[in-house]
Amino acid sequence: MSRVAYSVAAALGALAAMIGISGLLGDTWVVTVPWAVPLGGLQLSMDRLAGFFVALIGFATIPVSLYAIGYAGDDRRGALPYVGFVIAMCAVPLAANVMTFAVAWELMALASYLLVVQKATNGTATHPGAPAADGSESHDASPHAGGRHAHDAAEATGAAWTYAVMAHAGFVCLLAGMLLLSAWSGSTRFADWRDTELTPLARDAVFVLLALGFASKAGVIPLHVWLPLAHPAAPSHVSALMSGVMIKLGVYGLFRVSLEWIGPAPAWWGVAILVAGTISAVVGVLYALVEHDLKRLLAFHSIENVGIILIGLGAGVLFLESGLGTLAVLGIAAALYHTANHAAFKGLLFLGAGAVVRSTGTRNMEVMGGLVKRMPWTAAMFLLGAVAISALPPLNGFVSEWLTFQALLQSLQVPHTGIGLVFVGGMAGLALTGGLAMACFVKAFGVTFLALPRSEAARSAVEAPGWMRLGMALLAFACVALGLGPTIVVPVLGLVAGDLTGEVTPLWFGDWLRLDVPGDFASLSTFAIAIALLVAGIVPLVVLRARGLTRRRVYETWGCGRLLQTSRMQYTATAFASPFRRIFDFLYQPAHALHVEAHPESRFFVDAIRYVHETRAVAEDWLYHPLSQALHDVTERIRGVQSGSTNVYLVYILAALVLMLVLG
Amino acid sequence: MLRQLRAALGVGVVTEPPAPASEIEALGVTLRGEIARLFGRSLHIRQVDAGSCNGCEIEISGLTGPHYDLERFGLHFVASPRHADCLLVTGPVTRNMAEALRRTWEATPDPKLVIAVGDCSRDGGIFAGSYAIAGGVADVIPVDAVILGCPPSPKALLAGLLDAMGRLRQ
Amino acid sequence: MIHDLLIAAAQALAIAALAPLVVGFTRRLKARLVGRRGPSPWQPYADLRKLFAKEVVVSENASWVFRATPYVLFAVMLVAAAVVPVLVARPAPAFAGNLILVMYLFLLGTFFLALAGLDTASAFGGMGSSREVAISALAEPTVILSVFALALRSGTIDLGGIVERLGAEPRLAANPAHLLAFGAFFIVMLAETGRLPVDNPATHLELTMIHEAMVLEYSGRYLALVEWASAMKLTLFMTLLANLFLPWGLPGGLTVAAMAGGLVALVVKLAALALLLALVETSVAKLRLFRVPELLAGSFALALLSVAAVFLVR
Ligand code: SF4
Repeated sequence: MSRVAYSVAAALGALAAMIGISGLLGDTWVVTVPWAVPLGGLQLSMDRLAGFFVALIGFATIPVSLYAIGYAGDDRRGALPYVGFVIAMCAVPLAANVMTFAVAWELMALASYLLVVQKATNGTATHPGAPAADGSESHDASPHAGGRHAHDAAEATGAAWTYAVMAHAGFVCLLAGMLLLSAWSGSTRFADWRDTELTPLARDAVFVLLALGFASKAGVIPLHVWLPLAHPAAPSHVSALMSGVMIKLGVYGLFRVSLEWIGPAPAWWGVAILVAGTISAVVGVLYALVEHDLKRLLAFHSIENVGIILIGLGAGVLFLESGLGTLAVLGIAAALYHTANHAAFKGLLFLGAGAVVRSTGTRNMEVMGGLVKRMPWTAAMFLLGAVAISALPPLNGFVSEWLTFQALLQSLQVPHTGIGLVFVGGMAGLALTGGLAMACFVKAFGVTFLALPRSEAARSAVEAPGWMRLGMALLAFACVALGLGPTIVVPVLGLVAGDLTGEVTPLWFGDWLRLDVPGDFASLSTFAIAIALLVAGIVPLVVLRARGLTRRRVYETWGCGRLLQTSRMQYTATAFASPFRRIFDFLYQPAHALHVEAHPESRFFVDAIRYVHETRAVAEDWLYHPLSQALHDVTERIRGVQSGSTNVYLVYILAALVLMLVLG
Repeated sequence: MLRQLRAALGVGVVTEPPAPASEIEALGVTLRGEIARLFGRSLHIRQVDAGSCNGCEIEISGLTGPHYDLERFGLHFVASPRHADCLLVTGPVTRNMAEALRRTWEATPDPKLVIAVGDCSRDGGIFAGSYAIAGGVADVIPVDAVILGCPPSPKALLAGLLDAMGRLRQ
Repeated sequence: MIHDLLIAAAQALAIAALAPLVVGFTRRLKARLVGRRGPSPWQPYADLRKLFAKEVVVSENASWVFRATPYVLFAVMLVAAAVVPVLVARPAPAFAGNLILVMYLFLLGTFFLALAGLDTASAFGGMGSSREVAISALAEPTVILSVFALALRSGTIDLGGIVERLGAEPRLAANPAHLLAFGAFFIVMLAETGRLPVDNPATHLELTMIHEAMVLEYSGRYLALVEWASAMKLTLFMTLLANLFLPWGLPGGLTVAAMAGGLVALVVKLAALALLLALVETSVAKLRLFRVPELLAGSFALALLSVAAVFLVR
């Protein structure tokens, strides 16, 4: 049953990919079903941008669904919502009017809500075939020890609740913005909005509403709070889709809003997008660094990558405002490229994390280790994904970050000094993000897969089954292909960006091998780099072999002659992140506590030491808690109105009548 | 920085010329051809204190200073036996250090030299017969050379090391 | 095509061949500055030759990541050497990318070395990895801003373009803002290549190590490749400093004679930079690990000033 559903989803993905590609290459069409719903009926339309996103959803769905066949096994829960989720996501970029959009958007939210909450409904057999979790005999570092399923259920419920609240708050903003726009323009069709004359104030108001709504779906800081809760709570194939594709639909909305519906954008929109992107990128990766729940770590990286996408988009908007159309195309194409790349490598990483979680029964990195020998395939794919997401050449993350850098560096052509400084901030932020992401994935891969296993669960881990490996391999292939083939991908994305900006001059030079950025500025050939790296790595190997220098002996790790070597002596994820925690403590606002329990006889005989070092989530503490507290207080006060006495209600009715008579 | 430069140029090099071969006090090197060829110009040393009184260490650390400057001969102290070509073992081998010493020897890639330093390292020296020691270095790992003295002077150490590298033979 | 490949190979070979000498010469200068005679400048060659001939001892905990890392590191440095202007202003392979590519290639090397540090389950290795990635992450913003400062002044971020532009107009290179960018980049070099005051390349104390701690487990030919690669990284950074900030004597032509001239100019500039490095290293003490971010913040401020100077005067 579930197999059928996931196979259907994969087939749907293939279909969507084909339709999307045709749209991406210039096919346009409109389908209207006027009788289905009021307010203009259901209407779907295809253009290049919609084609890009539909293709993205399709291509991401195929491997993820194949993986799900192996991952979910006979577990039926979530199979149907999953199919609905895929269909709803495909419908969002195609929606051509407010009604269609609202239906698709809400369906997507509802289906993903069901998928997130799935573990809460039934606390058993979450991971069929997983070995007994948390049999860590030596140390008790796992937060899940004992009552794991109860813990899972509670976590899933909480996550789903936060997710539902945030999704609906965002939806309210979207709906308000869209209805205002419909009222002012007299049409609910998106295509009619472009030509509407609006006062700057009205435009700004609509922009703020729509941008807030879309940004909350995209997980832009500080609207990200649902994301690190919902991603880990969902099953891994769902996380892969949510992170790889669903949050991109928020990005899709931002593209439409800032470039099409109510464009051309004034400078401050571009500045806002660029700054929000920079903050999301840096803060997202900083939170990821101190996170030791493998899936939460990846969720924070989604925030980071959305930030990087927004940096490219913001640069594009600013260039467009300055009349530099060619450069705007560069920035937007970079953003689109990163969107596709993130879907590939984040999908891959979530699938890899899912394989690990399934095999070890925990998401806590501190009890993993040594998996490279037990799950070699998963490890190799995860490593590839880690290289890609850390923007290391020659894989795909590097290409899009390189393009984003080129767009930012071109800001030397922007005449306005203030905007120039915004670009400088974006540049520095992006560079810092790149370095920190690299650091974070050294931790994620190194602690999870390398060295010695830190628990019995990790020691007895087994490789993922074939379907799951197939799903991962397809995404790994996508990472390599997108990394080595920018000369094919970028011109197509240039067309999409050209459609959005109205810039039609040919923008990409070079041949199949090299990608030239306009204006003799810079060029890139990841293909050449990859070949060169391969040759330069193999030549010394061959030379050494040829000269017979291959002597190797295996002996224990050097531990200063220590007699006992256990996995407790290796570096932990916490220790690894410690320098960052100290350097950036202004962000983490850590709370330390050291408890030493001494023997009653003498304080020099220590029985136990407990050291607690917690980082706080600033957004939650400073924004959401006061907000929800205030909301709570207000409702508490309003509750006084509901006294329950019939007489009082009669007075209310009377008062209402009088008021209406007076006003009327 | 300028002060540094001026001081350096003013004082000049204070390193002494290498000790002549005649000053070697005692030596029992068993060298193979490969070692002289390989280590003739580069010998990286890991120092292992197997239970010494630290007298030998003080003399050894004297080697790195400007006066004796062992680096000019391609000798160099390293931080890990993995990087080492030569273990410089001091002191009698205490029972607690015997296993650690053996592991250090195992951790050192071949080809490698072991040079025992100080009278203690030959047979336990003044600690010989103590319940706490396992004997001389040679009782635990194969030793290629012994530099005697209690402690040996830096000059003797240098001469012994150079001989072990095969440089004094030429 | 063949011609281009030959130039790439010549550049990679030049850097690979010069790198041990650069390290040896710097060590010699440092020794001389503290009144020692010091090792011969050719010493690193003897060390490498010996290491290649020795056996490799691999930890039983290590995986293929540990064994592949030396080759990755070495390859990364060779490719970087082919791309940056070493012997000529515009080496043909430069089309493959610009300085951002070079920086990310270095990051690729750091990534694998840090993983190798973790791979052997040694506490020292993990410690070194953690510190190394922290420092190289914090150095990145400075790198990009110094590049931007150069690009602002020369109107391009193509390495060859910068070299040609600054070579044609030495006035630009004598600009004080240019010197600020030089200072920033110099500090980045100290941090990225593990020199004082960030890391002590000669330390024996595991607890203070950064780079050394990661490579404690390497031996024999693996160690030789790793050490060679880090010497090449230092040389590449110095070459970038030499050719981007003092872009004189770098031929535009591609004849053998011109390239030989470029090599001579490079050697002279490298010697001068080695002297500067030795002076800095003998006159500063190692910083506490948690003071290093302040140093890097300082270098970031220098780069930012250099950028701001261009904004202000235009
Ligand atoms: S030889 Fe002498 S100085 Fe050296 S350890 Fe033995 S007693 Fe101490």
